Amino acid sequence: MSFLRRAAPYLLVLPSLVYALVFTGYPLAYVLGMAFSGRNPAILEVIFSPRLGEAALFTAVIVASVIPAQLALAIFASLFFLQNFRGRDLVLYIFVIPLAVSEVAAALLWYTMLSSSGFLNKALMRIGLISRPIYFFGYQFRDRTLLAIVLTEIWRATAIVFVIIYAGLQMINREYLEAADVFGMSFWQKLRYVILPLLKPSIQTALVIRTLFALQIVGPIFVLGGEYIRVLATEVVYWYSMRLNPAVASAWAVLVGAVTLALGGLYIKLLSPKGVMQ
Amino acid sequence: MIKRWLTYIGALAIAVWILLPIAYTTLASFAEIRDYYARVIPRSYTLRYYEEYFRLGVLDALVRSVQVGLITVALSFIFGLPAGYAIGRWAFKGRDTLRMAVIFFRVFPVAVMAVPLAVTYISLGLYDTLLGIALAHTAIALPFVILITSSIFISIPKDLEEAGHVFGMSGLHVFLRITLPLAAPGLAAAAMFTFLISWNEVVAATILSYVNRTLPAMVLSPYVIGTGGELPDPYKFAAATIMILPALLFMAYVRRYLITMWGAAGVR
Repeated sequence: MSFLRRAAPYLLVLPSLVYALVFTGYPLAYVLGMAFSGRNPAILEVIFSPRLGEAALFTAVIVASVIPAQLALAIFASLFFLQNFRGRDLVLYIFVIPLAVSEVAAALLWYTMLSSSGFLNKALMRIGLISRPIYFFGYQFRDRTLLAIVLTEIWRATAIVFVIIYAGLQMINREYLEAADVFGMSFWQKLRYVILPLLKPSIQTALVIRTLFALQIVGPIFVLGGEYIRVLATEVVYWYSMRLNPAVASAWAVLVGAVTLALGGLYIKLLSPKGVMQ
Repeated sequence: MIKRWLTYIGALAIAVWILLPIAYTTLASFAEIRDYYARVIPRSYTLRYYEEYFRLGVLDALVRSVQVGLITVALSFIFGLPAGYAIGRWAFKGRDTLRMAVIFFRVFPVAVMAVPLAVTYISLGLYDTLLGIALAHTAIALPFVILITSSIFISIPKDLEEAGHVFGMSGLHVFLRITLPLAAPGLAAAAMFTFLISWNEVVAATILSYVNRTLPAMVLSPYVIGTGGELPDPYKFAAATIMILPALLFMAYVRRYLITMWGAAGVR
């Protein structure tokens, strides 16, 4: 009985561990095999393909513009919701709604807002600020399409960063903040010298998780970017579903995995691993 | 006084930023499309586009999405709940390593998982089946379920379980009669979110299906196929509205648990 008692946690964990290993370990081995095998390995085909540079560039641009914006917005929003005001709970609920909204749906929402006959253009023309619609989509407007994608991601995924940061902020002892007020610190001083250092673990967690997930964004890229904007993750879907080529799709998947691993490792090296564990 | 006003302006700005796209798209989905193109706020409304879009197979896709979601919730709770309980309740050797491993599984790219599964599914007869998609969604949702349920079980006082033991209840009995009822509201929230993970997932669903697409995969497919296949505007609005509806309903229930549950887990 006492043996059973000691073994119990392991027995309870085992099924899920096996499941997770089967669904990650096996695919990993498979994509590596597919990407690197054969006389003309698919990974070489991908590395020397003209699509790689563009996909890598767009991936980098999206990740590098979405993440800092989300982090800053989430920190300010957390401080904002620390105040008490009437209707605070309702606004908080509204702010986190996008947590439950899918990538594809969010992209369609922002298409509705930004398309040439969308809300923004119609409203601006109505009040006479512009006379012709501003185009966000199409090959010649790829910079603006990128902006639309970034906007969609900020709308959709800032809530996740916010929830992590806000939870961290609530664990900070209020007395620190009151002490800072007593010493007459300005808002920015308080932010720089009190709040940010205490929030470091939450910021680290949010950074790691958001960056790695940002590499996997597919819906908004397809919906808003059409054929003109491709990132590493969309290439996997494109080569499997459209070009019916599992080998090349696997090679792109290897690249997604490698970048994920490299960035994850980099974060863990740069930031203390303790923070990531929380 | 000024600060008070600024706070309310900020709150209003947040609400408009989040709600305007949702509200306007919902409105647009019921609008007569010519009227929509002509006016900021359309005046004539119709259910026509929903009817057409449903007839084009979207109703079937919606039913499939619900089925896949329910299978995913069942599977990921069967596998994940015991693990969540063990991690939340007991201190045992290797627990921290295990938590780390769970987080690692959480960030494993779906794109890496999907292509090999598709090839294997074809030989197993699982390709283009609801179970096949649900198995992949379970793999995606499992780390989430483990992290969330463990944080729910941590929050239940151990004393109550010990009291049960003192009164001579068996371990299983204590779990079923004391722990589970206390955890039930939190677990319901976790189940809803697991459903949403599946309901919203599009990469695995696209790669693992061909005819029997789930709703997001069906909406995305014209874009993946590329040229000439773009979805007509009214269908876009309808698709977005249908996809967001369960999200709004579930969030209303889940909101009480959000910060406590997710702060620890950092979910997608």
